[in-house]
Amino acid sequence: MVTYKDYMLFSKLPHTWCAGCGDGIILQSIAAVFAEMQWDKHDIALVSGIGCFGRVDDYLDINCMHVTHGRALPAATGIALANPNLHVLVTMGDGDGTTIGGNHLIHAARRNVNVTAVIANNYNYGQTGGQYSATTPTGSITSTSPYGHIEQNFDVCRLAEAAGASYVARTTTYNPVQMRKLIRGGFANRGFSLIEVMVACPTHYGRYNRLGEAADMMRKMKEQSVPVEAAEKMTEEELKGKIMVGCLVNRPRPDYYSKYRKIIDEQTVEA
Amino acid sequence: MMAETQRKFVEGNDAVVDGAIAAGARFYAGYPISPSSEIAEGSSRELPRHGGMYVQMEDEISSMAALLGASLAGKKSYTATSGPGFSLMQENLGLGIMSEIPTVIFDVQRSGPSTGAATKPAQADIMQARWGVHGDHSIIALSPSSVQDCFDLTITAFNLAEKYRTPVLFMMDEVIGHLRESLTVYQPKAGQIFNRIQPPADMDSADFRPYNYDTDMPAPMPAVGDKKFLMRTTGSTHDTKGEFKPTPENINRVTHYLTDKIEKNADDITITRAYRLEDAEIAMISFGCSVRSAITAVDILRSQGVKAGLLQLVTIWPTPEKQIRRVLSRVKTVVVPEMNLGQLAGEIRKLNDYGCKVIQADRTDGILITPRQILDRLEEEK
Repeated sequence: MVTYKDYMLFSKLPHTWCAGCGDGIILQSIAAVFAEMQWDKHDIALVSGIGCFGRVDDYLDINCMHVTHGRALPAATGIALANPNLHVLVTMGDGDGTTIGGNHLIHAARRNVNVTAVIANNYNYGQTGGQYSATTPTGSITSTSPYGHIEQNFDVCRLAEAAGASYVARTTTYNPVQMRKLIRGGFANRGFSLIEVMVACPTHYGRYNRLGEAADMMRKMKEQSVPVEAAEKMTEEELKGKIMVGCLVNRPRPDYYSKYRKIIDEQTVEA
Repeated sequence: MMAETQRKFVEGNDAVVDGAIAAGARFYAGYPISPSSEIAEGSSRELPRHGGMYVQMEDEISSMAALLGASLAGKKSYTATSGPGFSLMQENLGLGIMSEIPTVIFDVQRSGPSTGAATKPAQADIMQARWGVHGDHSIIALSPSSVQDCFDLTITAFNLAEKYRTPVLFMMDEVIGHLRESLTVYQPKAGQIFNRIQPPADMDSADFRPYNYDTDMPAPMPAVGDKKFLMRTTGSTHDTKGEFKPTPENINRVTHYLTDKIEKNADDITITRAYRLEDAEIAMISFGCSVRSAITAVDILRSQGVKAGLLQLVTIWPTPEKQIRRVLSRVKTVVVPEMNLGQLAGEIRKLNDYGCKVIQADRTDGILITPRQILDRLEEEK
């Protein structure tokens, strides 16, 4: 029986992440999903970008392509279209996935490329000292918004939904069981799947905003979490400051490769 | 089934598509831009007919990323662009160099900087081709001067990309891209196509390393999805396992390797053509569309009894240093026709340890340089 350990590179531990960071929980959950699916590691391709969570490939013993900041989704697009039999996973932070790579996110969703994207949202650029990103909540203190952040932040899931993603889900590092279930759901969807994972950054975001220790931040996430089913019965006002968790969108439609394959089959002249 | 050979009357941009398919390329990701768009259009039409795939990306940044991903998954990939798009590609061109992933980029050069005169020819991306990517590296760049070149040299470009595991630049210009000439399309024989080296079949998967820094040749490159070997690539400074390793020793080793891999194999990579150069006292050194005018200028000089010749640089990067030095050491005057303000001429001067007179014959008004202008420049400098 394979376990998550079969997909890990234990020789690379200890990992680079800070004490209290939730990225390790996501890493373990990803490896656990591979084990649950009993996938041959040769059939898995991980594309990661730059940032704390972009380092996740360092610890996985699968095919890995570590690319430039924000460009993981288009690189994964190339892999997924070149070999439709691969399980393509893309790991990004909020900087990678929604800020410098925001344009690629909406187009990958629109195109419905068959990749599963996990965006670890910690509200800031953790790796470089805690500057603000496109998901930093308005009013927050970061190393580049010392007087309070004045921009409105993206709701990553709503953005992906509006752009046409066929599977969208959100969870937190407080709930690895749900995380595994949602990542599995993402892989089960043949098309563009996005799973946003809320993750605490006690070193920067938490410290700047006096949110306490890592455990305090985890507890807060748990308190803020509202299952999708319960949220449906709540008003916008009641949902303020809450994190809606669970599967938000599941509307399968043919992915880019499948549609293009039809064109190839119709047009091919080669024997 | 394609006939053995096929005669066509097409433009350079069309010949490129035929060349790419003949070379075995089956993946195109790009963003349309004048004067290269016929390559995108032709690829969208022809690739699916050959089992390949075309995807139009949101910009040239993502196009380059997709090319690298597709290549890593085993497909020969390519794109076409021009100045503004070429600028956007520099980021992931660097990723391709560092990660050592083959692909081919067709830059149909136009007047710049910025939007410039979008549909007018220029040859002014030569230095961007060499140094547009930050950090020390080397690059392979070819430049065609005819429609047949656009087919033949496209195959060469893919072969070099595969052999050296690196992005290769194909520096066209608007003149060659839109020039119509007779073209012979043929299916290359097996020995004329180079496919990336695979690890030995009997190698233990644990012994495979995706990178090699012990020689000036890259490691074998199995595709992502190979049933035996796992592939690991990164744009971060890495060791032979493809794992992040930013130690001073390793940074230095990788930096030297990326340059040496190309510069030390220059004899294999550089292609030049000599025209009436044997006894020449005046030599032209040129590339791309300017070569066509330079040939006529040489013929006119010869008809006047002047011993003139031409060295055509088919490979512009790495600099064909040996061939250029041979010319510089034998002639008294060198004329460098090019459609920029002396980007190639500067490289010639770097190598001029022989007291040769180097005359620039530049044209930058978006109109093809003429033989008369080249001769006038020579006359002015007499």
